[in-house]
Amino acid sequence: MDIKIETRNLNLYYGAFHALKDVTIQIKPQSITAIIGPSGCGKSTLLRCFNRMNELIGGVRIEGDILLDGKDIHRQGINLTRLRQRVGMVFQRPNPFPLSVADNVSYGLRVHGVRNGISVPEVVEHSLRATFLWDEVKDKLDSPALALSPEQQQRLCISRVIAIEPEVLLMDEPCSALDPIATGHIEDLMRDLAERYTIVIVTHNMQQASRVSSDSAFMLLGELIEFGPTLHIFENPSDKRTEDYVSGHYG
Amino acid sequence: MKQDRFIAFILLMLALSALSGLVLITVFIFKEGLPLILQTGFRDFFLSSDWDPKGEHFGILSMIVGSLAVTVGAMAIGAVFGLGMAIVLTQFCPPGLVSILKPLIELLAGIPSVVYGFMGVVTIVPLIRNHLGGPGLSVLAASIVLGIMVLPTVTSISVDALKAVPRAYWEGSVALGATKWQTTHMLMLKAARSGILAAIILGMGRALGETMAVIMVAGNALEIPGSPLDPVRTLTSNIALEMGYATGRHREALFATGVTLFVFIMIFNTTALAISRRSAGKGGGR
Repeated sequence: MDIKIETRNLNLYYGAFHALKDVTIQIKPQSITAIIGPSGCGKSTLLRCFNRMNELIGGVRIEGDILLDGKDIHRQGINLTRLRQRVGMVFQRPNPFPLSVADNVSYGLRVHGVRNGISVPEVVEHSLRATFLWDEVKDKLDSPALALSPEQQQRLCISRVIAIEPEVLLMDEPCSALDPIATGHIEDLMRDLAERYTIVIVTHNMQQASRVSSDSAFMLLGELIEFGPTLHIFENPSDKRTEDYVSGHYG
Repeated sequence: MKQDRFIAFILLMLALSALSGLVLITVFIFKEGLPLILQTGFRDFFLSSDWDPKGEHFGILSMIVGSLAVTVGAMAIGAVFGLGMAIVLTQFCPPGLVSILKPLIELLAGIPSVVYGFMGVVTIVPLIRNHLGGPGLSVLAASIVLGIMVLPTVTSISVDALKAVPRAYWEGSVALGATKWQTTHMLMLKAARSGILAAIILGMGRALGETMAVIMVAGNALEIPGSPLDPVRTLTSNIALEMGYATGRHREALFATGVTLFVFIMIFNTTALAISRRSAGKGGGR
């Protein structure tokens, strides 16, 4: 079986706080993996390990291995810019830049340098079409992105990542700032994107996890309690703590 | 309740009296200066550089040019260094170092301007005279001294503007693979653009209004400068240098110089205010 991202005995400390404890997980390509668990269980921290965003905070120490396509992402001489191009991230609150719609989408292209033979407007259109935003914004590519609705902003943020052709999409509670209808639209989009990308989503919302993901990981207090097919996690969990959580006894 | 109202009344009176100081100053200098401008005529006052108080010629063009030259020079230096410092402090510096560096830069604002002037006279002026030529007392010397003097203003307001940019923007950019420098110039400077512009304009206001340090290093010659190495007299210097012995129309002409200065400063400050207001309205929310 193919594995896109893998961690082996991953431990992470914020100063003295042990935030991730011996996490070992294998994430399949072209599928949606959900990480669920109560607040503070380390699920966002785990997600942020995959594109090395945790090290932007001082005092973080990481032990163990994280492999992308079998290669350690902490190895000497790894190109961090290239890693973050391959592993894109969508945040909890839509964070379009205070630039125009088109400049938001082309931002990553400009960061990585526009290669010869690539037409920026084409990439912008293609990326906006991929999130079904094109028809809504094609006449306002030059207007400020901050004027869009929250759902459109989140779609724009996804387009912005897609524009740099990532392999993995990390989504940190991408719908928590959106209403249920917008959430439904983003979930449809995720299913669509999963045909091309490996998606890892952190969510508080268990219905969301069961609706969109094929695999689910349940975390508690920094430990990975259980990991397996979503159906199994929700219908027939092996661990008592998972059962308590998914049946609503905690959090 | 009654006591509260009484205290509120007292405080209001105090606030109003401070404000009335502003109003009185404005009215006074306009009342003293404006008639002379009208009598002399706009052309002969603003567009002539013939300043000869004894012969009743009051043309201030050379001083306007002097003030503007020195201000522009000061900002060329102050904006580059001030903005550079703000970028280092907000983007590239560990927080521990920031808490040492920022107060130090702000301390620059506390040094009396005569000390800046003195340092300029003993260090910068001889350097210019010996290496670049001319009398040393010059537009360039004044620009360098003023450029250092406006650093605290430009730096601290730019730092505030850059810090006000939501961290989510920064994270979003870094997560797309941007380096710190790319994030800074492609995103942070754009997001903080209006605050930075306001910082530069407020710095210009400070440079234009500075007097003592400029008198000491600018040379105070009544000529339109032909090069940065020529001496100049600014509007502020002119008032300070001549007020002590001026009488009659000469005195009025100095007030008229003050009116001119006042209008320039007002334009700078209102522009800065308008820019920061506009950005507060637009960039607000998230």
